[in-house]
Amino acid sequence: MRMVHGLLLWLIACSISQSVLAATDVEATVSQSSQAPSIMTLQSLIDTLPTASYDEKSILIRSIAEKSTDDSLAILTALLQGDLFYIKKTQQLVYRAPTEGKQYRAIAALTGEILGEYKNRKLKKVGINNKLRGELKNAIALVQLKSPDSRVRQHAVDALMGSLQPEYLPLIHQALLVEKDNQIREPLMVAKAVLDLSSKETELYRSAINTLHGSLYPAARIALIKFIEAPHHHSSSVLIDQAKQAIASIDQKVKLNNIAENVYFGIALGAVLLLAAIGLAITFGVMGVINMAHGEMIMLGAYTTFVVQQCMPNHLNYSLLVAIPAAFLVSGLVGVLIERSVIRHLYGRTLETLLATFGISLILQQAVRSIFGPLNQDVNTPDWMAGTFSVNPGLALTYNRLYIILFSLLLLAALALVLKKTLFGLQMRAVTLNRPMASSMGIKTGWVDALTFGLGSGIAGIAGVALSQLTNVGPNLGQAYIIDSFMVVVFGGVGNLWGTLVGAMSLGIANKVFEPLAGAVLAKIIVLVAIILFIQKRPRGLFALKGRAVEG
Amino acid sequence: MKHSTAQLPSANAATSMQLGPLTRLLVGDKGGQRFLMGLLALLIIFPTCNLLFAEGSALHVSTYTLTLVGKYLCYALLAIAVDLIWGYCGILSLGHGAFFALGGYAMGMYLMRQIGDRGVYGNAELPDFMVFLNWTELPWYWFGFDQFWFAALMILLVPGALAFLFGWLAFRSRVTGVYLSIMTQAMTYALMLAFFRNDMGFGGNNGLTDFKDILGFDLQDSSTRNGLFVCSAVALGLGYLLARWITQSKLGRVLVSVRDAENRTRFLGYRVEHYKLFVFVVSAMMAGVAGALYVPQVGIINPGEFSPINSIEMIIWVAVGGRGTLFGAALGAIAVNYAKTYFTGAFAELWLFMLGGLFVMTTLYLPKGMVGFVEQLKAGEGRSGRLYLWLLAQLRKRELKDAQPAADQGELK
Repeated sequence: MRMVHGLLLWLIACSISQSVLAATDVEATVSQSSQAPSIMTLQSLIDTLPTASYDEKSILIRSIAEKSTDDSLAILTALLQGDLFYIKKTQQLVYRAPTEGKQYRAIAALTGEILGEYKNRKLKKVGINNKLRGELKNAIALVQLKSPDSRVRQHAVDALMGSLQPEYLPLIHQALLVEKDNQIREPLMVAKAVLDLSSKETELYRSAINTLHGSLYPAARIALIKFIEAPHHHSSSVLIDQAKQAIASIDQKVKLNNIAENVYFGIALGAVLLLAAIGLAITFGVMGVINMAHGEMIMLGAYTTFVVQQCMPNHLNYSLLVAIPAAFLVSGLVGVLIERSVIRHLYGRTLETLLATFGISLILQQAVRSIFGPLNQDVNTPDWMAGTFSVNPGLALTYNRLYIILFSLLLLAALALVLKKTLFGLQMRAVTLNRPMASSMGIKTGWVDALTFGLGSGIAGIAGVALSQLTNVGPNLGQAYIIDSFMVVVFGGVGNLWGTLVGAMSLGIANKVFEPLAGAVLAKIIVLVAIILFIQKRPRGLFALKGRAVEG
Repeated sequence: MKHSTAQLPSANAATSMQLGPLTRLLVGDKGGQRFLMGLLALLIIFPTCNLLFAEGSALHVSTYTLTLVGKYLCYALLAIAVDLIWGYCGILSLGHGAFFALGGYAMGMYLMRQIGDRGVYGNAELPDFMVFLNWTELPWYWFGFDQFWFAALMILLVPGALAFLFGWLAFRSRVTGVYLSIMTQAMTYALMLAFFRNDMGFGGNNGLTDFKDILGFDLQDSSTRNGLFVCSAVALGLGYLLARWITQSKLGRVLVSVRDAENRTRFLGYRVEHYKLFVFVVSAMMAGVAGALYVPQVGIINPGEFSPINSIEMIIWVAVGGRGTLFGAALGAIAVNYAKTYFTGAFAELWLFMLGGLFVMTTLYLPKGMVGFVEQLKAGEGRSGRLYLWLLAQLRKRELKDAQPAADQGELK
C-alpha cells in the first residue's frame, strides 16, 4: 500500500506541475506499470480508489482505462453513475444491492464475491466531481473504442470528438489500424488530424489540413482556426492559406446544411399545415361549407390521444396506433352531429354557416375546458418517434418530424384514393357537382353530406393525433391552426387536394426560410401579407377549378 | 337572400322636400327615431344622475356604471360601422376589430405622450416601455401625437388608409364573399402578431396604459368620465345619422343592389368597386372613432384587441340585433355586451357556451335578428308569427268574453 501511495504522490506532483503535458504522465504511468506489473494490476488500481484525492483519482481513471478490459469499463461506468461504494472499515471497493431488510449486500467490485451485508452508513460512495465526470466519459469512450460492437465504437468516437486531448493520439492510432468501418474511420481520421494540427510535428500539418478540408465536425473548424491564430509557425504561409481554404469549404458546407435544415423544418411545418388543412379541403373545398369549428376537431383528436394514453399507460408505444382510429371516430361523429343539427339548415348561406360554426367552436372549446381544465395536457411521445437521424455530422433530423411528413403524405394519398376509387367518393363528387341530378339518380344527398362532413372532421381528428406529438394539447390548440389552414386552402385553390399539398408545403417552407432572416413572428406576418397580396392576383388560388364549378 | 331592410321614406317626395335635412332622414324610420330619443334620454339622465345625486341616493348612477355604458355606446358605434358594410353592402369583414384597435392605438399614443414625465422613469419625452427597452429617442411615427388635433386626424386617417389600401386591392380584383372574410381575418391576425412585437414601438404585449389625462382633464375624475360619456353618445348619434344618410341616399340604393346582385349592378354600368371602397373606408373610420373613444374609458389598449375572435364577436352583435337595420345593430351590441358583462361576472364558465349558442341560434332561428323577429311577429309571418297572432286572438277573445259575458256568441264566430 505504502508503495502505491508513494508512487501516486510522485505522479500527483507531476500532474499538478505539468498538467499541460499530461501525455508525459500517461507515459510515466505506462513505464511504471511495465516496471512494476504486480503493483499496477487492475485490482491494485481500484483498491486505491476509495482513499485517493480527486487529482489522484484522475490519474487512476486514466490508468484503469489503459487496461481497457471489460472489467475496467464496468468499473468506470459504475463510477460515473455513482454506483461504486466502499466499505468504510476495510476500504474495499464494492457494488451494493438492496436486500429485504434495511441493509445492503456488498459485492466486491472485481471478483463479484459477496462480502456480507452492511448498513447504509457503513458504505460510502466513491465521490467524483464535474472535472472527473468529463474525464470519466472520455476514459469510457477510449475503452469502448476497442469494443467489437461497431455501434459502441461509433458512439465512443462521437463522445471523444467533443473534447480531444493529445494523449488520446496513440489510442486513436491503434484504433485506426484495426478499424475497417468507414463510418467510424472518418471521424477517427478527423480526430487524428485535429490532434496532429495542434501537435508540434510540422510535417503532419499538410495532410491534417487536407483531412479537415470540408469536415463538418465542429472540432475540425475550431482546430483550423486555432492553427491559423497560433503564432508558432512562421515558415509556411502556404499552409495557412490551405487552412483558410479548408475553413471556407467547411463554412460553405455548414451553410448548405443550414439551408437543408431549414427546408426540412419547412417541409415538416408544411406537413403539419397539410394535416390541418386536408380536412378543411373537404368541408370547405368539396362541400363549400366554411367550418370555423375545424380547429376544434383537431383539438378533439389531440384530446382523444391524451385519453387513449391515459387508458393504456403500459402500452404507450402502441397508443398512437389506437388513437388514430379513435380520433377519427370521435371527431367524425361530432362532425356528423354538427352537420345534421346545424349546417344542414344553412346550405347556400355560406356566411351564416361561418357564424354558426364559429359558435360551435366556442362551445366545443369551453366544453373541453370544463372537462379537462384550462391547462395543457401532457401527451407522451412513443419511443420509436423520439431520437434523431443524422445525415452528416452537422445535420441531424428529428424522427418525429420525419414521421409526420410521411404520415401527412400517406393521409393525403388515402384521401385521394377514397375520393377517386370508392363508391362513397363517387357519390360525394356527384353531389358536389350537381345536387338535384345526383338526387334523382337515387343518391341520398343528405346522407352523403353528413358523411362527407364527418370524413373531413374525422381527418381533422387524425391531424390532431399527429399534432399532439408536436405542440401543446390545450383548449386553444385548434385556434392556432384555423387561420393557417384557411390560408393553405385559399392559397392552394379551393376544392383541389393537389393545391392543398402545394399550398401547405410552400407556406411551410416560406415560413421557415424567412424565419432566420426576420424572426418567427415577422416571418409569419410576411407570409400572411404575401398571401393577401397573392389572392389579389389570383382570387381563386394557385390551382383554381375551371368551368361551372367556379360559379358555385 | 332578400332583406327587407332598405326602408324607403314612407312620406312622398313632395312633403319630404319641405322638411329639414334631419327630419327628412328620420321620416319613416320609427326604430331610428326611438333609438335616437332613447340615446338623448340616456345622454341627459346618466350624467345628471351621476353628478347631481349623492352616492347612496336611489337615483345615483355610479361612475363605474357610467363608464360601462359609455363602453357599450362605443361598441354600438362599432356595430353600426359593421352593419353599414355587412348589412347594406354584403361585405362580411372579420377584421373590423383591426380598425377599432388602430383608432384606439392612435388615441392611446396621444394619451401616452400626455403622461410626460409623470411615468415611472420620469422621462419627459419617451413613454415608460421605451425607456425600459433602452430606446433613446422617439420613433418617427410617434411624432405629432403630443398634439390632440394630430391624434384626432390619425384616428380617422390610419384606419381609413388601411381600409383604402386593403379594399382597393381586394375589391379591384373582385375578392368577394368568404374569401374576403378570410382575408380580413388574416389581416387582423397579422396586425395582432405585429403589435405583439416589442420592437414595433407600441408597447408589445402590455400595450399602452397608465394614462393620466386627456386635454388637461384628469382621466380618473368623474366629470371627465361624464364628458367622455357624452362624447360617446354624441358620436353614436352622429354615426347613426351618417350611416342613415348614406344608406338613404342614391348611393345607398346602389350599395344594397351590390349586396343583392353584385354582377347585375356591375352590368348596369356602376363601378361596384368604388362604391364598396367608399363605404368600406367610411366604416373603418367610424370603427376608428369608436376605438378612440373606447380607450380613454377603459384605460388600456393592447394587441388583444386585434384578435380575430373580437372581430367575429362584432359580427354577432349585428346579427343578434338585426343585420341591415342600423339601430338594430346598435341595440344588439348593447344587449350582447350587457349579457357578457353579466354572465362573465355571474357564471364565467357559462359565458362561452352562451355566446356560442347565441351564434348558432341567431343564424338558425333569427336570420334577421331581434328587430326582424319583432317585425315578423307583428306581420304574423312564420311559425312564431302565427303563434303570436293566435295568442293575440285568444287574448282578445277572452277580453271580449269577460267584458260581455252575455254577448252574442254567433257574432264572434
